[in-house]
Amino acid sequence: MHFYLNDERVDISHIDPTTTLLRYLRDEAGLRGTKEGCAEGDCGACTVVVLDPARPTNAGASYRAVNSCLLLLPMLHGRRVYTVEGLAEEGAGGAREPHLAQRALMERLGSQCGYCTPGVVMSLVEAAHRSDLDEPWQVDDQLCGNLCRCTGYRPILAAAEAVAGARPEGRLARGLSLWGGAGAAEEARGDAEVHRAAGAGRALAAPSSLEALWAEWAREPQALLVMGGTDLSLMITKRFERPARLISLELLPELRGSEVETLPSGERRWWIGATEALSDVERLARDLCPSLERMLRFFGARQIKNRGTLGGNLCTASPIGDTPPALLALGASVELRSAAGARLLPLEELFVSYRRTALRPQELLARVCVPLPAPAAPGEETRHDRAYKVSKRQELDISAVSAAFSVTLSRPLAPAAGGAGGAPPVVVAARLAYGGVAAIPTRARAAEGALVGALWSEEALERAVAALAQDFTPISDHRGSAWYRATVAGNLLRGFWHEVSAGAPARLPYRPTAAVSL
Amino acid sequence: MNSSRHTPLSPAGSPLHHDALHDSALRHVTGEALYVDDLPEPPRTLVGWPVTARVARGRITRLDVEAARAAPGVRAVLTAADVPGVNDVSPFSHDEPLLAAGEVFAVGQVIALVVGESYDACRAGAARVVVEVEPLPALLTIEAAEAAGSYHGTPHFMRRGDVDAALAAAPVRLSGEVRTGGQEHFYLETHAALVVPQELNHLLVHSSTQHPSEVQAKVAEVLGLSRSAVVVEARRMGGGFGGKETQAAHVACLAALAAARLRRPVKLCLNRDQDMVMTGKRHPFVSRYEAGFSAQGDLLALRVRAVSDGGWAADLSGAILDRCLFHLDGAYYIPALEFEGRVAKTHLASNTAFRGFGGPQGAAVIEEVLHRAAERLGLDPAAVQRRNFYGEAPRDHTPYHQRVEGDRSARVFDELTARARYAERRAEVEAWNARHRWQKRGIAYQPVKFGISFTASHLNQAGALVLIYADGGVQINHGGTEMGQGLHAKMLAVAAHELGLRAEQVRVMHTSTDKVPNTSATAASSGSDLNGQAVAAACVTLRERLRPVAARLLRCAEADVRFEGGRASDVARPDRAVPFEEVTQAAYMAQVSLSAAGFYRTPDVHYDRAAGRGRPFHYFAYGGAVVEVELSTLTGEHRVTRVDVLHDAGRSLIPSIDVGQVEGGFVQGLGWLTREELVWSPEGHLKTHSPDTYKIPALGDAPRAFHVALLTDAAQEGVIHGSKAVGEPPFLLAIGVLGALRHALQSARGGAELAALDAPCTPERILRALATPPGA
Repeated sequence: MHFYLNDERVDISHIDPTTTLLRYLRDEAGLRGTKEGCAEGDCGACTVVVLDPARPTNAGASYRAVNSCLLLLPMLHGRRVYTVEGLAEEGAGGAREPHLAQRALMERLGSQCGYCTPGVVMSLVEAAHRSDLDEPWQVDDQLCGNLCRCTGYRPILAAAEAVAGARPEGRLARGLSLWGGAGAAEEARGDAEVHRAAGAGRALAAPSSLEALWAEWAREPQALLVMGGTDLSLMITKRFERPARLISLELLPELRGSEVETLPSGERRWWIGATEALSDVERLARDLCPSLERMLRFFGARQIKNRGTLGGNLCTASPIGDTPPALLALGASVELRSAAGARLLPLEELFVSYRRTALRPQELLARVCVPLPAPAAPGEETRHDRAYKVSKRQELDISAVSAAFSVTLSRPLAPAAGGAGGAPPVVVAARLAYGGVAAIPTRARAAEGALVGALWSEEALERAVAALAQDFTPISDHRGSAWYRATVAGNLLRGFWHEVSAGAPARLPYRPTAAVSL
Repeated sequence: MNSSRHTPLSPAGSPLHHDALHDSALRHVTGEALYVDDLPEPPRTLVGWPVTARVARGRITRLDVEAARAAPGVRAVLTAADVPGVNDVSPFSHDEPLLAAGEVFAVGQVIALVVGESYDACRAGAARVVVEVEPLPALLTIEAAEAAGSYHGTPHFMRRGDVDAALAAAPVRLSGEVRTGGQEHFYLETHAALVVPQELNHLLVHSSTQHPSEVQAKVAEVLGLSRSAVVVEARRMGGGFGGKETQAAHVACLAALAAARLRRPVKLCLNRDQDMVMTGKRHPFVSRYEAGFSAQGDLLALRVRAVSDGGWAADLSGAILDRCLFHLDGAYYIPALEFEGRVAKTHLASNTAFRGFGGPQGAAVIEEVLHRAAERLGLDPAAVQRRNFYGEAPRDHTPYHQRVEGDRSARVFDELTARARYAERRAEVEAWNARHRWQKRGIAYQPVKFGISFTASHLNQAGALVLIYADGGVQINHGGTEMGQGLHAKMLAVAAHELGLRAEQVRVMHTSTDKVPNTSATAASSGSDLNGQAVAAACVTLRERLRPVAARLLRCAEADVRFEGGRASDVARPDRAVPFEEVTQAAYMAQVSLSAAGFYRTPDVHYDRAAGRGRPFHYFAYGGAVVEVELSTLTGEHRVTRVDVLHDAGRSLIPSIDVGQVEGGFVQGLGWLTREELVWSPEGHLKTHSPDTYKIPALGDAPRAFHVALLTDAAQEGVIHGSKAVGEPPFLLAIGVLGALRHALQSARGGAELAALDAPCTPERILRALATPPGA
């Protein structure tokens, strides 16, 4: 296995596969511009960019900012990595011309102590070479994974706005045109059935087909599957445990991509590959599924969304994962595959108990299926979907409570200002899903029961809020007390009722004050 | 976001008072800037891993390191028994053992240091260290310490007038409690040291420290050496904020102990979790107060008892408490008062300096008092603030009997409230609130008056050493350290100004104890005030030595020589000039000394703590902020939406640098007051020990509309080139966030009185405040 580091080829077949890119850069390659600030993907000081020819984004080939502290070296096979040292253009007489991102940050006094700076620069590099930065919130999102304790961020945001989408000429632009194509993707996959890296008694296998995966997994039944690694790597960097056997899903085309299927009934279903990066899902969800986009907006850092995957977020089965409530409310199912075949399971049946799933031995989550709402015709049933995440800090935080609601009403709501009398519509169906309130992501069945069949009224709403007490009893921890969680759980439902009744848009505005946007 | 820029970059003449980049800016963005962990390790370098206490208080009944010593790759396991000198790293109180001796006083206290070939080897070794501790009752809150009578040091009192009589006679009486939480520094670079043995028993210590001289002193004491045997070099820090004022010594001494013992280079860099668990934070405070006001909102009397949580060792807690008391007056004159301050001794990490050094905790108290009074009286809090500012005698005396001369509070208030349209926006906010059920806005004014000087008066001294080479190259050395605040950029500008050079023609050297001895910490916002004077003095000495040389070259009178633009010229005939390097070459040939030391001590500062009386401050720095917030009554989430600041940096040495300090200080203060919550388990374990659980502000928390301006025509007499210190004062501007939240809450609660709003105002605290009955 190999990757390219600042355009130089690095062989990684004979190295401890649990070595993180950050440790490799600092300890082996002598590139110490990239810093460790937390070793858990929360500060961004270790950010580098990766060009992945095998995984062109749905916005085209692009550099992706990622946390090098969470990236295991073999996961870079076939990729091109650039660090802060690899940005400058070599000029005449050895002169080095900084990249636009470097100049922009320097000239705006966007560095004070300078320790977060290389990471900020690399996030700016992604911004500079992106072609899909259309809205102001995306610039916030691009930088929210880079903590700075000195500047107060104003100059950093100014630099980001200056470089976003600028696509400067130079070394990285040439890299994109040379290596961003499909041919390069083929080269990365190569002919091998299984790519391998091994060292220090540990081994990683990266099969390039499902058949090879089943065979490999049968040989190494104790192996851990790894894809984005944003959760698994914490085992290495925080708990100092090193798995002896890893199987990477990076090279499996079967687990990638997404498509919308239209059934003969006209119903549409969105199939999302389990290893699709969350930043790609987010972009597609913007048009297909605004409530999922809303949940992903404040899901985590851009760097995390660039590596983390939908399948990974579901399979960790964390009670505070954010995509589970969003997908539970949407009525999603998961396709589970093993050597024996495939089965489709309603998502709520995937979560068995605290961090345990219904996956059988040597079975994996291959795809997620999200039923999409049909466009509403006048006078017909209409579905309303919203997702909410409440945390101490809006960006890059784990939720105290997250929730997602989907209700189907018997007919469209009258415009709020109209007040043209008449009974409100009836609630035909309701799916109310919560995270952070129980040991698993959960639906609030009692509250759903209070809504279904009732008129869409504040009375029914209050009955549903009261019923939440039967659905779950949250606990207290450092993210919030039981009182806070229970209160917010009810208030989110109230906020949902008012948002829907007021006809508020499903998408969040730029810099919303709160999860509920009224 | 936008911020005003006053002056163009790259001036032709003196770089003083013009915008400039950070001197390391290019090195920062290219990754060339080196921090301690980035330095190339000398051959045979070992690393260290501390073994720390897991109970908050107890007696060590067994400590067995033999199995760990035998672990593969482990070269030593050091305990208190291995300390050849004094087993203490405290700044002066002698209560902080480097390695626990017999007892442990906090979770995270270091019991042993494993030294080995790699971190993996050290960790494996650490797992074999046997520590048995018999737990003893631990005090984990201020209340518990108070109940047990557990304190550090002695109480501090300030008194004026008959406070009981004044309170009794006051038409409006308030009493309550203000609680502000601790704050983790979260410098992006954690504590780090690399110690390299030199010839004989000498040591070179690379330390991420704000106080190289103290690291030097502590290493020498721990090892039983003379300070002359230890050189401490501090190139730059990846942030300090006070957290590396005293506590860098601990990590450096551990590494030094190992390096001296093994005669090998040793590096010790704490990882984030270790750093957050082991090291101290901003002091939490609980302050109980009684206040009396006139019906018009004049503050008549104030009694405050402020108690901080010092943690297990004294560290700088006493001085931090003092500065809290020095700022309980905020910007306001208080006719009758009694302040009492105490430091509770608990069994948590030993709290330490953090930007503001107790000042923000003090100012937060009086701001809450004034806001409550205004709410009680139905007045605009800004009007109450305005009428209580210091003024003419007798309204010009602080609680510690220093006169306030040339108070700028009213000027800043009037200029800023006009510029930020405070009054109109307050009306707009209230109209908006009347239309919105689920979200409420609030707006507030926040004044800052911050005393500048170390309150331990002898610390107000600084030295510099300037070297000029025959070819005209200039190196400056000074005792200050660079932690991102732009001190070096300012010192370059000061030196260049005095020598008539461009800043790029001067090089600032790494701070090192073998260039300038006995330095004070770069702290108390004093870095450029003190070191600037010392650098200027050295440069003036050298310039005046060069003057006769230049006069000979120019064949003019010495008094007519002017050094400017990299040349010496004849004032009478400006066309006649010689390049600086020609003058220095001639000086060398003429056997003129081209190195000089400079020294400065702040005149006229003194304080008698027992009497609560003196002149602790050379001057005051001022500022004002208008802060607007919006909150959700459903979730308690909130956002600072707009901030306007007018800050007094005197005649700013480098405005662009100072604006950066103002913006960064504000956002750091915003984090302290709203986002950053430290949570401990009932056993005294810090639960929030990484950015996963401890949330400093992220980019989206900074106000989108952020208008920062520096006060103009504001030169300060008696300070380097008319400037003012700017490191800490802007931090206090963020207290306006609490005022604005109070305003929004008052709106949401239909005007019902809210007695207390504890910080940090997390979303949960806001939701609780919304659910709190009136007056409770």
